[in-house]
Amino acid sequence: MNPALQWPFDAQLILKKRRSLRRELLADGTPRLHKRVAVLGGSTTHDVTATLELFLLDAGIEPEFYESEFGLYYEDAMFGEELETFRPEIVYIHTSLRNIPVFPVPGDSEEAVEEKLRAVYGRFEAMWRRLGERFAAPIIQNNFEMPFYRLLGNRDAWDHRGRVSFVTRLNELFARYARSHTGFYLNDINYLSADYGLSRWSDPLYWHMYKYCLCLDAVPALAYNVANIVKSVYGKKKKALVLDLDNTLWGGVVGDDGVEGIEIGHETSMGQVYSEFQRYVKELAGYGVMLNVDSKNDEANAWAGLQHPEGTLRPEDFIVLKANWEPKDLNFQEIARELNILPESMVFVDDNPAERAIVTGQLPDVAAPALDAPEHYIAAIDKNGYFEVTELSGDDLTRNDMYKANLQRAALEKSFASYTDYLLSLDMRAKIGPFEPVYIPRIAQLTNKSNQFNLTTRRYTESEMRAVAADPQYLTLYGKLTDRFGDNGVITVVLGRLAGETVEIELWLMSCRVLKRNMEHAMLDALAESARRAGAHTLRGYYYKTAKNAMVRDFYRDFGFTLVSRNGEDTVWELDITDYAAKNHVIRLED
Amino acid sequence: MDRNEIFERLNGVFRDVFDDSSITVGEDTTAADIDGWDSLMHITLISAVEDEFGVSFNMRDVVKMKNVGDMADLIENEA
Repeated sequence: MNPALQWPFDAQLILKKRRSLRRELLADGTPRLHKRVAVLGGSTTHDVTATLELFLLDAGIEPEFYESEFGLYYEDAMFGEELETFRPEIVYIHTSLRNIPVFPVPGDSEEAVEEKLRAVYGRFEAMWRRLGERFAAPIIQNNFEMPFYRLLGNRDAWDHRGRVSFVTRLNELFARYARSHTGFYLNDINYLSADYGLSRWSDPLYWHMYKYCLCLDAVPALAYNVANIVKSVYGKKKKALVLDLDNTLWGGVVGDDGVEGIEIGHETSMGQVYSEFQRYVKELAGYGVMLNVDSKNDEANAWAGLQHPEGTLRPEDFIVLKANWEPKDLNFQEIARELNILPESMVFVDDNPAERAIVTGQLPDVAAPALDAPEHYIAAIDKNGYFEVTELSGDDLTRNDMYKANLQRAALEKSFASYTDYLLSLDMRAKIGPFEPVYIPRIAQLTNKSNQFNLTTRRYTESEMRAVAADPQYLTLYGKLTDRFGDNGVITVVLGRLAGETVEIELWLMSCRVLKRNMEHAMLDALAESARRAGAHTLRGYYYKTAKNAMVRDFYRDFGFTLVSRNGEDTVWELDITDYAAKNHVIRLED
Repeated sequence: MDRNEIFERLNGVFRDVFDDSSITVGEDTTAADIDGWDSLMHITLISAVEDEFGVSFNMRDVVKMKNVGDMADLIENEA
């Protein structure tokens, strides 16, 4: 991570040094995901694209850009042949107030305004639909910033002729489209411009001089926001918070001041600030962010602090609680290990700069926002966009429970004579079948998030996944696993392409939270069965090595496949399934 | 701030923006003299100069600017 590109960044520095920043990023040897990004602008896009590139490079995505000619976003989206050749994987439509062709005038009736609203909106919706027909690419669309002048003063907000009212209604129509269409994301410049300062954002100099719809200084903030959406679409968002306790979740040191002495709750203004922060953290957990503690404390004190009667967070809100005197970076890694996720998908939240330096010194890819005063803690986390939500599945809402159940399973494991006994005791039930439309968002999400148990690491957007599911050449399988501790949801996906009598396994992945549960056995049984039904005799599996998937290097060998070719560390395997015998004996299948 | 100091600091800004440490600008330097100084980079450049000297040019000034000497004049007047 390049320090110049972390929030809160110096916009002028980024703009000024973008050439050398780009050079440094490209030379740092990081392996990056290559993505074709089309930027369709209703105004100048030059610096938008240039700074977006920096933020994406920093996040491990190397974009290749297509930029429409000045102002031709609509024409390009509807008819552009060059865009067709480019085959975008992401389309970003950078439009603004300057692209609204008609506004209400004084003589307009309510119906006339309604008519104008439909006309302006209709042109956008037609464009999104056309893009959807032409490309299986997610669309990122700006909504509108508020007008920078108000002809009717405050009345502009509610009179049907008011521009503020007109833009607000347009924004709601955009939001409605986003709610009912997957793969369509709003870039909320209405919020961004308010946050930045609308008057400065809309400085007319930039439009009249350079045809920028916002001031240059705000461009990095805009690009950062777009980058967060792109990162989230490709699974590069954070999953967990690792929190310090003393002076982070409450004021004071519980070991010294005692439970009665710490600041939390509505007695004092400092206590209220910490309460609001605890509430914020708990609200994040509600959307699937996993909470953990990494604190230098005796465990008993930590628990006592978390049971303060005025506190919002409770010990049971956390998945892993490390309160000890070990170095924080070791605890941090241990938490990642117990959760089975990568350290860089966790954010370290600690008020002490020295502790942050230790953790980021040992684990350079870990984000640790600078926390100064407790009243700024929420902003320090929130504005970073770590947890930008593009897909929200049922799993996200129950993730904390699922991981807690996992730890209970780990405790149970210790008390069994054999591992099979343990697995049987879990009372596992699986549902395995071809993709169902309701699970497509989760399935696409898994292809972007799974790095470790992933044989080919192919990434799919929702629209691409839908296309594959509809293709008769493909055998698709998803697996859900439930056990006595809870429902794990959809946790594994296999895609096979029928090629004569062979099934080419293009994708096989599994979430690490169900490792060693023999779910992969059940999936192989199901794959062999559906392959045979499709008339195939052979399964052909591929292992493509990445920096993160070493755990499945011998996956096919362990299943009795034969090695047929090798290219460096990448391998190809085959299994004859004419006499295939079922491998799963511990999971019950549900219809 | 004397004129030499202004040019010294302008050199730094130009070198950053065009990522070229060999650039030295003078009174008569124009866009034609510097590789990559097109209308789009001009925007970045103006913004970086404003930031460096803590000044804010108005539109009319920017429109009339013909060479780096004009830019230095504006900085002198504003500062």
